Amino acid sequence: MMTTLTALCTFAAVGILLLILAYISWRGVGSLSFRFLIDSPRPVGEGGGIGNAILGSLVLLALASALGLPIGIGVGVYLSEIGSGRLAAGVRFITDTLTGIPSIVTGVFVYAIVVLPMKHFSALSGGIALALVMIPIVARTTEEMLNLVPHSLREGALALGAPQWRVTLGVVLPAAASGIATGAMLAIARVSGETAPLLFTAFGSRFFSYYLDQPIASLTVLIYNYAISPYDEWHAQAWAATLVLVTLILGINIVVRILTRRRF
Amino acid sequence: MSVARTDESLVVAGKWASWRHTLSPTGNLGDAIFRLLMLLVALFVVALVIAMVFALSTDSMLAIRRFGFRFLTSTNWNPIKGEFGALPFIYGTVMSSLIALVISVPLSLGIAVFLVEQAPPFIARPIGFLVELLAAIPSVVYGLWGIFVLAPFLRVYVEPVLARLFGWTPLFTGPITGIGLFTGGIILAIMVTPIISAVVRDVLAAVPSTQREAALALGATKWETIRVVLVNGAPGIAGAVILGLGRALGETMAVTMLIGNRPEVSLSLFAPSYTIASAIANEFTEATGDLYLSALVELGLILFLVTFIVNGFARFLVWNVTRRTGGVGRAA
Amino acid sequence: MLASMQTATPKIEVPQRKSEAPTTEDQRREAKVAVRDLDFFYGKSQALHGISLEIPERIVMAFIGPSGCGKSTFLRTLNRMNDVIPNTRAQGEVLIDGHDIYIAGTDVVELRRRVGMVFQKSNPFPKSIFENVAYGLRINRVTKSSSELSGRVEQALKDAALWEEVKDRLKSSALSLSGGQQQRLCIARALAIRPEVLLMDEPASALDPIATSKIEELIFDLKKHYTIVIVTHNMQQAARVSDQTAFFLLGKLIEVNTTEKMFTAPNERLTEDYITGRFG
Repeated sequence: MMTTLTALCTFAAVGILLLILAYISWRGVGSLSFRFLIDSPRPVGEGGGIGNAILGSLVLLALASALGLPIGIGVGVYLSEIGSGRLAAGVRFITDTLTGIPSIVTGVFVYAIVVLPMKHFSALSGGIALALVMIPIVARTTEEMLNLVPHSLREGALALGAPQWRVTLGVVLPAAASGIATGAMLAIARVSGETAPLLFTAFGSRFFSYYLDQPIASLTVLIYNYAISPYDEWHAQAWAATLVLVTLILGINIVVRILTRRRF
Repeated sequence: MSVARTDESLVVAGKWASWRHTLSPTGNLGDAIFRLLMLLVALFVVALVIAMVFALSTDSMLAIRRFGFRFLTSTNWNPIKGEFGALPFIYGTVMSSLIALVISVPLSLGIAVFLVEQAPPFIARPIGFLVELLAAIPSVVYGLWGIFVLAPFLRVYVEPVLARLFGWTPLFTGPITGIGLFTGGIILAIMVTPIISAVVRDVLAAVPSTQREAALALGATKWETIRVVLVNGAPGIAGAVILGLGRALGETMAVTMLIGNRPEVSLSLFAPSYTIASAIANEFTEATGDLYLSALVELGLILFLVTFIVNGFARFLVWNVTRRTGGVGRAA
Repeated sequence: MLASMQTATPKIEVPQRKSEAPTTEDQRREAKVAVRDLDFFYGKSQALHGISLEIPERIVMAFIGPSGCGKSTFLRTLNRMNDVIPNTRAQGEVLIDGHDIYIAGTDVVELRRRVGMVFQKSNPFPKSIFENVAYGLRINRVTKSSSELSGRVEQALKDAALWEEVKDRLKSSALSLSGGQQQRLCIARALAIRPEVLLMDEPASALDPIATSKIEELIFDLKKHYTIVIVTHNMQQAARVSDQTAFFLLGKLIEVNTTEKMFTAPNERLTEDYITGRFG
């Protein structure tokens, strides 16, 4: 009886997941074509595609990774290898705090410190906003992965007269590399679905753009704009864009899961 | 015992020697630079959060000065007349999150108990992963699905039934549109369920198996044993729920697309409402005038402070439980 | 002959090496390692109490005593490896060639180059066999050319009596070696940078008898060139490999003596009790 009830809860959740995925596939496949993937948006009735949004998302993710991964990994290294006592506890607390900050607030912050001084929306500000979402995730997974590296490995290297920085860079980080890489992949998957922090940073664009100081399109903002539009054609395109986005995100999650199955 | 040093001396000399030792216990120059660099990166992140508080406070000062405490209690949000009261947003945020928790908490507890206590590992692992995948789906995708699937479904099949059964309460009255507080709360429930259930799973897994065995040895049934485990993990479960609350309060896209976006306080769950996050998302780029923008930033400041306190409290609870019992606290 | 206990306190006299010190060296030398009144703390609890001890050059000294007696902790003070454990503190003097390694301004990295260490559990890096041995040479920029590097690696592997077993698979992972081979690899790794002192923390405790005897033979050969300090919980092992033995109990140094005397006619009652198996 009890087991039936809890099983029911579980399968309700799984059922909703499968329902959503099935619906996305069904609605998305219809509008999907090669042309759709490379074309830029056109006025209603003329078709068009999401090529610029895919490019924009990739630019934003590259920017976010370039900024967020080194900083996140650096904080993780600090927390695991260097910091101790109250200062480290404080940094850890602040990092966790950053995880909990709603991403829309991050967007407001980046608007205030980047968009206002530059006087216009830009890819750069979007990348910074996504990096801010990314940093705490990468920092904490890096810390966890470094903590899994046996202490004896560090001592072995230190005993050979290796300075700490060489031990960290040459022995500890390589030993944790695959774990940190999966953490980074998950962080990228996570921010590739973010919309709120991009609304008033990257803003969106109807054209192909790779200029960092200009507004840039992204898959998520495009999906949002099309979803709340009154046009059936755009709705259909939103579903197709969603199919592309969700395939990417779930793909990363599943690949990471398969790669890490032995460790978890 | 310092005799004259030879060239074999281990002592670091020179102008920067004492600095090197302050930064690095090994007295190695590379270490000192490396440690300083990593410390600076860490402090940079701390500085970012402080800058965030500072920027949000400064930019909302105009609205804070103009409206003071009235900002929180006034229901009048009228950008054209320059009147800004945040109560409708606060109400919408709190109500939608509460609806989400009312639905999600029992569901998450059921999922966690099933996966940790009941299901065999070869079922628990893949199913647990599928539940976690719910958290990987982007908010905007939930919004899209909500607009075209969930909202019509609720309008046609669920809300009329609720109106017929509970129409005598003020909660389920008014026109049925499928868009409003109720739908927003349900989509939030789906979104926070993987988060709450993941933390509860950690908490339950951290309850020592000796407690289960003790209960079983006293002749407790399987269900009574689970109750013992749940009672033991109660603070951690509370932490999980509050963590879910923190997430629901700040969730933006899906809610924005489903809640109706009308700044009114209405008791009916069918009525359109508005949340803090949605207001920022919708109106920020359209805000004309410094006062309007300042009022929106103040909304952001409120959201920041509330989620900060809620998350801090939740982490404290979860961390306490998983640490005491030597658990992992993956999500904590 | 070497150490004579005057009181029950662990304060001992400096070993007199007047008569033939058990080394191959004829020439008298300063003690390679000299420790004076060393206290060590983990947080508030004191793990070592006023240890004083001298270790002559090119001998093997064994530290024995029951678990938790502080012998490993003491060993790790000799290359400041305890520094990596938070909230620890050492007080007193540890002199290597007459230089106190605990005074402010010590270059700990340089110290560890000169005082090598082999750990209880073998800890090869997850790299190739070659790279494990080359690691210390590379970071210390010892060698100028790649041929010199491989020469030094080969020599170290030969010194550690591992060359014959691995010479055909230097590129394969160190983790593919057996437990005994891994430990000898760790010894080779430590030998490659030619330290002056080699600290060994129960190097054979996780090994089978055959692997253990290989390590012991190796120690015997190595003392021609190195000063070796070995911690062991195995008294037979101490008797087999060492020239001098120090007995620790509850964080105190009870007795230092030649190994022969220690195991036949110790000065201290406590030592005798331990050696004859009355406690511990």
